[in-house]
Amino acid sequence: MELQVQGRRAYAYTGGKPFDAALPTVVFLHGALNDHSVWTLPARWLAHHGHAVLAVDEPGHGRSEGPPLDSVEALSEWTLALLDAAGAREAAFVGHSMGSLIALEAAARPPARARRLVMVGTAYPMKVSDALFKTAREAPLKAIDLVNSLSVSTHASKPGHPGPGTWLHGANRALMRRMQAGQPQINLFEHDFGVCDRYANGLQAAAAVACPVHFVLGSADQMTAPKVTREIATALKARVHTLPSGHCLMQEAPDGVLNALRAALA
Amino acid sequence: MPGPSDPGFDTLALHAGAAPDPATGARAVPIHLSTSFVFESSEHAASLFNMERSGHVYSRISNPTNAVLEERIAALEGGVGAIATASGQAALHLAISTLAGAGSHIVASSALYGGSHNLLDYTLRRFGIATTFVKPGAIDAWREAIRPETRLLFGETLGNPGLDVLDIPTVAAIAHDAKLPLLVDSTFTPPWLLKPFDHGADLVFHSATKFLSGHGTVVGGLLVDSGQFDWAASRRFPELSEPYAGFHGMVFAEESTTGAFLLRARREGLRDFGACMSPHTAWLILQGIETLPLRMERHVANTRKLVDFLAAHPMVARVGYPELPSHPDHILAKRLLPRGCGAVFSFDLKGSRTQGKAFIEALKIFSHLANVGDCRSLVIHPATTTHFRMDDAALARAGIGPGTIRLSIGLEDADDLIDDLKRALRAAEKAGA
Repeated sequence: MELQVQGRRAYAYTGGKPFDAALPTVVFLHGALNDHSVWTLPARWLAHHGHAVLAVDEPGHGRSEGPPLDSVEALSEWTLALLDAAGAREAAFVGHSMGSLIALEAAARPPARARRLVMVGTAYPMKVSDALFKTAREAPLKAIDLVNSLSVSTHASKPGHPGPGTWLHGANRALMRRMQAGQPQINLFEHDFGVCDRYANGLQAAAAVACPVHFVLGSADQMTAPKVTREIATALKARVHTLPSGHCLMQEAPDGVLNALRAALA
Repeated sequence: MPGPSDPGFDTLALHAGAAPDPATGARAVPIHLSTSFVFESSEHAASLFNMERSGHVYSRISNPTNAVLEERIAALEGGVGAIATASGQAALHLAISTLAGAGSHIVASSALYGGSHNLLDYTLRRFGIATTFVKPGAIDAWREAIRPETRLLFGETLGNPGLDVLDIPTVAAIAHDAKLPLLVDSTFTPPWLLKPFDHGADLVFHSATKFLSGHGTVVGGLLVDSGQFDWAASRRFPELSEPYAGFHGMVFAEESTTGAFLLRARREGLRDFGACMSPHTAWLILQGIETLPLRMERHVANTRKLVDFLAAHPMVARVGYPELPSHPDHILAKRLLPRGCGAVFSFDLKGSRTQGKAFIEALKIFSHLANVGDCRSLVIHPATTTHFRMDDAALARAGIGPGTIRLSIGLEDADDLIDDLKRALRAAEKAGA
């Protein structure tokens, strides 16, 4: 569905069913250089099992009008404005990687609108190396390949996402390239990773979160290693679900992610 | 910056899509000869049918062994995924039927495998899909043939049988300017030789019967999607960008930003046309792909030796191999095919049809049959076999003469193959005496 959010066109995938604000709402937030399509399997499942789903394309990604917003705080304000536009008062916020920081910040903003907070493939702080920024500036496609190699832990993820016969490395790379090409005016890689790198309000936000919190982590995640989550997980009193996966958990371990989401949203 | 990178081609040829079987520990890919797969519960069944979960339901739509093959070829081609089909022809049909319907139009190279030509020029016309054929090297003709109802451009990486080299970057740019995809048949150039996606192609298919299988044992096809073409932005493909009544109003381009084509091809094309691959066939093709890099290196090395021999022989009027400076696409081949131009080529024998017949019948190692890409060397006379439905004018347009002989070079000792050709050429010479 398309919405007007902060004066710009925004897209949210609704899981194959019309959005119904009377149902418990789940907002899915994607990571850097991704879009809503990383969430389609759990979004479809939840939409067909009693939830109203908004798997968004964040500004400047996929079908949502740009420009991209340049901070986690701004993106969380945009997310809450999207809820307003959809007519939903509260929601469960589910975010992956960069999206997990947006979800955290959205859940912390008063007045409390979060029923649940689920942070998938997360870490705080989410620092990015100078070397990666340099590569991103000089050769963004090379930086995409590097991040892709670090994000996928196996050459045989089963079952495939979104279906059998999908080569996860290729699909992830193609999606990042598509997002990068969709913003010819800026270097979206550098932008998105900069958003992650600059976010410094995590512990303050965690102190303000009042809803139950779940972490879904990949044991083989090299982008947001589980060991980097301990402080923020403790601050949020999060229940941690660890899956045998790299950073692309929704693609590598779709059933495990769905099971964790069902537990979190129950 | 230094850092990890994806595995190399040879590693992917052995490992992509596969891991030791978690149930048994089997290291090789198991053959899942099962029509169907047990649901964990009614809810699990419903969610699989509704694409809320990924998994296997029925082997016409997907199968675990086939999925390994699909992932492997996608990895080797640099795509997002693939679909295994009953044959290369089924892969071509699946690609076209996913994107085109009655009233649609295709622009295709005139230098095509006879079976592809038949499909486009005769069979699909009966279903309302028209094709304009253009010479693959006539770049302006590609552009001029595009109509508002055109849905794709199509050519072979190496045209059959003249080995016209498709200028993939240029034809892809023409297609993309018109917001259309370029589909290529890469059967003669497995990805060890050429990755069409790196040059701008959007969809690739193979007759996996040939070099990918490599042993002349099974018939199969593979259709691979680059994930690079933006179907929604094109606005020419409502099949992918608007609700599909045949799947509860699903909009495939919303379900998968880069895999929409494959979703529709599987959920409609395999479901309804049913031209799926047997898991046993998939396993045999996987066996072939595991040694693809080794075999292709030998195929090309042998081919170069035989091309050199034939090019210097007085009974041979012409050898059509793009590595020869005499080939019209020599410069393009050097750019697109630095590892070699494959192992299939044709040559024109001096003399009569009778001499041509004598040549083929004198061969002892080369087998006279209608196939290419076998580990064994093969020979055929296109005018009387693969292209027999074409009249002389159509044959000439496709670059085939009455004395043209096509060879597919195998993995035997090159000296033995040369001796076989020498014997057959002597027989041809005697037949003309």
